[in-house]
Amino acid sequence: MSINIFKINEELKEFIPQEVIDLEEKATWGNPKRGVMDLPYAKELLEEHSLCAGCPESMAFRYILASLPNPEDTIIVNSTGCTSLVFPHIALHTVHSLFGNQNAVATGIKRTLEWRFPDKVKDVIVLAGDGATVDIGLDCTLQSFFRQEKITTICFDNEVYANTGGQESGTTVQGHVFKMAPKGKQWPKVPMWQLAIDSGCHYVVRMSVSSPKKVEQVVKKAIYVAREVGPTYLHFYTPCILEIGLNSDDGLMEMRDKDKERFKFFEYVSPQAEEVIAKKKEEGLL
Amino acid sequence: MQKLSEELKNRAGQRIVDPEYLLFEAPREKVFMTGSEVVKEAVKRASVDASVSYPITPQSEAAHLIGELWVEGYVGVYFRGESEFGVMSELAGCAMAGARTITTTSGPGTLRAMENFPMWAGSRLPIQLVLMARGINSPLSIQPDDLEVSFLLDTGCMIWYAENAQELFDMILAGFVVAEQPDVHVPVVNVINGFFISHTRESVMLPPDDIALPPYNPYKAPMPPIDMEMPPGRFLRDPFVMKSNYISYATHTSWQFEVRAAIERARPYIKKYLGSLIEEFGDPEAEIVLVSAGTGAAQSKEAVRLLEDEGVKAKVVKLRTIRPFPINELREAVKNAKVIFVPEFNVVGWLEREIRRYLYKHSDAEIIGGPRVAGGMTMPPEIIVKDVLNYLGKEVKHVY
Repeated sequence: MSINIFKINEELKEFIPQEVIDLEEKATWGNPKRGVMDLPYAKELLEEHSLCAGCPESMAFRYILASLPNPEDTIIVNSTGCTSLVFPHIALHTVHSLFGNQNAVATGIKRTLEWRFPDKVKDVIVLAGDGATVDIGLDCTLQSFFRQEKITTICFDNEVYANTGGQESGTTVQGHVFKMAPKGKQWPKVPMWQLAIDSGCHYVVRMSVSSPKKVEQVVKKAIYVAREVGPTYLHFYTPCILEIGLNSDDGLMEMRDKDKERFKFFEYVSPQAEEVIAKKKEEGLL
Repeated sequence: MQKLSEELKNRAGQRIVDPEYLLFEAPREKVFMTGSEVVKEAVKRASVDASVSYPITPQSEAAHLIGELWVEGYVGVYFRGESEFGVMSELAGCAMAGARTITTTSGPGTLRAMENFPMWAGSRLPIQLVLMARGINSPLSIQPDDLEVSFLLDTGCMIWYAENAQELFDMILAGFVVAEQPDVHVPVVNVINGFFISHTRESVMLPPDDIALPPYNPYKAPMPPIDMEMPPGRFLRDPFVMKSNYISYATHTSWQFEVRAAIERARPYIKKYLGSLIEEFGDPEAEIVLVSAGTGAAQSKEAVRLLEDEGVKAKVVKLRTIRPFPINELREAVKNAKVIFVPEFNVVGWLEREIRRYLYKHSDAEIIGGPRVAGGMTMPPEIIVKDVLNYLGKEVKHVY
């Protein structure tokens, strides 16, 4: 484990900001049982955030980072979009490279870390928006699934290109009017979770992030399965309240509404993934 | 670098030696090999951690052979990526995670991958690309043509240009050593003319294959590797400087300048490991100078020999590096020149443009862009001779 990289030189401590000292002293390192219930007590790996007030994506970030079973050896690869604005705030080694190449970069990192550190578990996670995952980066996303890369891919689906000002994306629902679809979207929402199953992912979930404990469960399962079996995919609804005309305090209700329809909880578990999940449950880690 | 112990082995079991020993001192044996085979021999002696491949003519064979090295245990990570865009991103991931990396591509593959090259440079990844130059579409051509190099000139990558298989072998090894210097640490593109070098056999002198370069040490890099093993714990490759304020704009600007400055700082290392940024051939005092690179330089040397038979003194200035550009070396080498020809394997004359730029107000010589061939045409030395004789108003006898 690499908790040492968060240790602060005693002689320099007086010059170090409190939030960095808190990372060493109050974050949950070396404890795979950490989870969203630690949020009120432990130092979070997200130092504030730079998203809009009330953005459901910020909730998703907090729940996911609180649920990583092995943060001290976790690398997150990101792509361009609203999500990328958050990455400078994350207290881990992270990457922003190009728009859409996130699963390719993650592949290189995962394989190299396996080569360099054969005796260590290094979890590599991709965390990107729907434009990066489903549109511009679809090739790299699916190809990493085909190749059975041992990485977890998490898509924050807000059903729109939000960071560039509200353009139609592949995950926008048919008929919805956004920029670049001035007559309404002409074709259906891309069922990315289904593509993930068909492309070889061993654990796939579609849901909103309305329930923190549920997020924790699926994030942990996805990471454990990716570690031992192969690619896993989580498709989270994180609505852009700004682009669909909601107020800052409406995000949670919007997700709860969609929990009953197009983001109804859906989980796919391959037989190999079942075994891993059963084993982790026995170990008390799930 | 300190003298390394004889006991020190890399993960393939090869004895680790000083780069100087591997490049200049180790006994060498003559072999008869293609450029593609020479890539394998260089990679075999380079303690390479990772390579990702994708098929495109004429580089495919070199990429296959790196795969064989992976099977034999000389390369740590190897697979076929989904496209050149994917491959170059996968290599970026490998390099960010601390690997010494190499790949090969050609023509349309280079352009497919293009978005990655400035990213490599901006991320300060010392990735090596062996570019086996070929035509780019449309119309489709798989034949030799180096137009693609012009697209790479301002990506922030070093660009070196090998004349033959021997130089390619030495440049691949030197490329890792120079590109990985902590004060350089930018990508290096080693160009050869596809087919002419990749597919033809020539004599090459190789050191033994039980010795290899010291492995890459990512902890000496100017940016921490992405492996959660090195502080700071909170680290984004690469830092975001895109907030809308003047400091961000200035930071981005200085970052870009720094990439170019890093290429400039490579000069002394290139001199150390390649000997010089240029090579001169022919009559040192000649007033007729042929400035070229790669196969163009090889053909120019033949032309100088033919011109000698015609009683015309000429010389070749071969550019080994395009980035950094050998500015002072070129100015010094052409100081007696009355006329400079720039033979090239493309239709646009990108090398001529470079030469005009750097000789402006530094040479009174007339600069003639040509002769040029492209799309797979060969460049017989006779066409260079013909251009020179025409310029001199001499009778063209033995040519055509």
